[in-house]
Amino acid sequence: MTGSEVVMKMLERHGVEVVFGHPGGAIMPIYDALYDSPVRHVLVRHEQAGAHMADAYYRASGKTGVCFATSGPGATNLVTGLATAMMDSSAVVAITGNVASGLIGTDAFQEADVYGITTPVTKHNFLVKDINELPRVLTEAFHIASTGRPGPVLVDITKDVQQAQFEGSLDVEIDLPGYQPDVIAAESAVAAAAEAVAAAKQPVMIIGGGAQSATDEVVAFAEVTGIPVITTLMGIGAFPPGHDQALGMPGMHGTVTANKSISHCDLILAAGMRFDDRVTGKLSRFAPNATIVHIDIDPAEISKLVKAHVPVHGDVKDVLPRMASKLDRLDIQPWRDTLAEWKANYPEKYKADKPLVSQEVLGMLREATQGAGIVTTEVGQHQMFAARLFPTTKSRSFITSGGLGTMGFGFPAAIGAAMARPGETVVCVAGDGSVQMNIQELATLYKHQLPVVIAILNNGVLGMVRQWQEMFHAQRYSEIYLADSNPDFAKLAEAYGIEGHNVFERDDARRRIDEALASKKPVLLNFFVYEAEKVFPMVPAGAGIDEVILGDQEPDEGGKRAEREVVEA
Amino acid sequence: MSRHVISVTVRDRPGVLVRIASLIARRGFNIESLSVAQSEKPGLSRTTFVVVGDDPTLEQVQKQLKKLLDVIEVIDHSVAKYVDRELMLIKVRVDNPEERVEIRQVAQDFRARIVDVARSALIFEVTGDEGKIDAFIEQMRPFGIVELIRTGRVALGRTALDAPEADDTHRSEPTPPTSESDSAAHGRAN
Repeated sequence: MTGSEVVMKMLERHGVEVVFGHPGGAIMPIYDALYDSPVRHVLVRHEQAGAHMADAYYRASGKTGVCFATSGPGATNLVTGLATAMMDSSAVVAITGNVASGLIGTDAFQEADVYGITTPVTKHNFLVKDINELPRVLTEAFHIASTGRPGPVLVDITKDVQQAQFEGSLDVEIDLPGYQPDVIAAESAVAAAAEAVAAAKQPVMIIGGGAQSATDEVVAFAEVTGIPVITTLMGIGAFPPGHDQALGMPGMHGTVTANKSISHCDLILAAGMRFDDRVTGKLSRFAPNATIVHIDIDPAEISKLVKAHVPVHGDVKDVLPRMASKLDRLDIQPWRDTLAEWKANYPEKYKADKPLVSQEVLGMLREATQGAGIVTTEVGQHQMFAARLFPTTKSRSFITSGGLGTMGFGFPAAIGAAMARPGETVVCVAGDGSVQMNIQELATLYKHQLPVVIAILNNGVLGMVRQWQEMFHAQRYSEIYLADSNPDFAKLAEAYGIEGHNVFERDDARRRIDEALASKKPVLLNFFVYEAEKVFPMVPAGAGIDEVILGDQEPDEGGKRAEREVVEA
Repeated sequence: MSRHVISVTVRDRPGVLVRIASLIARRGFNIESLSVAQSEKPGLSRTTFVVVGDDPTLEQVQKQLKKLLDVIEVIDHSVAKYVDRELMLIKVRVDNPEERVEIRQVAQDFRARIVDVARSALIFEVTGDEGKIDAFIEQMRPFGIVELIRTGRVALGRTALDAPEADDTHRSEPTPPTSESDSAAHGRAN
């Protein structure tokens, strides 16, 4: 058996059904072995997109995503995808070919120090120069990627190893004495956490990406205790957004209720979230009165940014039921009444004035799908609008680049998610800026005829940058204008063989959405929306989350600075 | 802010030093010295480094190091008794025979060994804790230091007098998950 056949056999053994990749010189032996393998391959048009597809495949299914790339430029193109997966704790195994071991270090054609380049953006990585290490390394790669706090693992395999004959057994033991991912939270920590929650009068729970695989446990815990639940961007779907205990998203573009509740609470139960700066705002003003109970599988996240008074090193899925068994319904009715009042005072609203605005398109999408299926987003204003107005009702279904904020993620992610959950409709919410960062994947989408609806909220500008320039840079609109040179996106889709429509009118919008969803085929909808629409509420970068700018909640005239209304803490 | 001497036992794998150095640089930790060498166990190396930082920083350094898969164990020596030593080679200029006698007298007081003799310079080897090394440098400065090199500190934890000799298996045990109570003790400066 050759090294390449070992690779394909090991993928089969790990239950890999599909690989996203692009061939090239240094990985050709593996592509030769792929030719005879039952593993499916999705040919991407750019390796970055392959990494995002593998990432989204994991996020949508919980099964490790796999991508292939060749040496040098193929592998360096993966870097953004690996960094994205790293920041959002996504299990990806990336396999790259490298030049023959004798050529390493000689600046050979298409040679790059992929091991060195990817070390800081992977959970772990390997360079395999000895065929005898290959089965063990691949076994370890899948183990590391999917256990503990998940993350991307890269395996760089030299071409001579791919071609070498392997005589040994594929049944190998992993050898990782420095890695113990299976933590069971200490009983004393769980008891201390339950005790702290029981004593709280104004508690909130904040769930993040670590709760995506524990949605039943989160709901059960919330319903036993009656604790209000805030959902970070990465936690969307892990708690039903329509639940009467749901307070929405916290942070920079969070709901007023969620942010006010953090400022006023006496306890935060943080579960599988990491106090990102977009969540906390200025740390010194974050939750000044709160006891922090922090459950996380990664001990390095506990007390990294916000000091945990009660640290619980463990898996949310295991810890919450154990805590719930020690707790009764909390005596917090006055607090819940206050929250209900805030929710009533600060509803999600937008004014659907002429012309069409992004927010109403997202409202229509939510009505049309009822929160079912999968939503992926690109990065920018539309992402924040989608988080607030178009959340999914199921876990593992709202797929967005949270930590790295990668423009170009959402569209390939839609393809990866559609591959992971056949039959489900995927809506990719995109901006006219970010969708162009991996637009070449229209070819991949066409080939596989997946039920992906690409909803471009086309405001002709880089909207989030424009918003900051309007509000914080004295309306000096520097390099944000796209409309003068945007393609006709509908025609572009058609050029790839995909149905595309330009949508200008409100009445047209809903009809096009319904038709696209019903078709179960790829459709691109290009919604022309108002340029100066802004995401509110907003906490400016560096401010405390009690310093919310409400905005006027309606489209501003272009260039007019939004009125600052500071909500009193 | 305090200084901590941290020992990290790592597997001898290609790139392991790069991983540690890259982590320290990327997270913005401030290290004063770093030394790496084989440990008593084949396949394992021990690195010692001195970190400057406040308690939360020190806690983060250790937690992040423990996340590296090739790291077997992380010890902050500053929370218990330990022995540390540093080695220095120092070349001192000698201008005349009187000076030579004087320099050799000082060196004797410090138990510094002469390891190279030339007409115009002497090289000394000095071992000791940081204070001794610093003091020797100050003593030699007036004569003229041509060049010097220090290894950075290496350290081992001391065994308590009444404790049984630590056996071999103990050290290679996996690092238990950090509990917050561990890190509470980090405030003690060495």
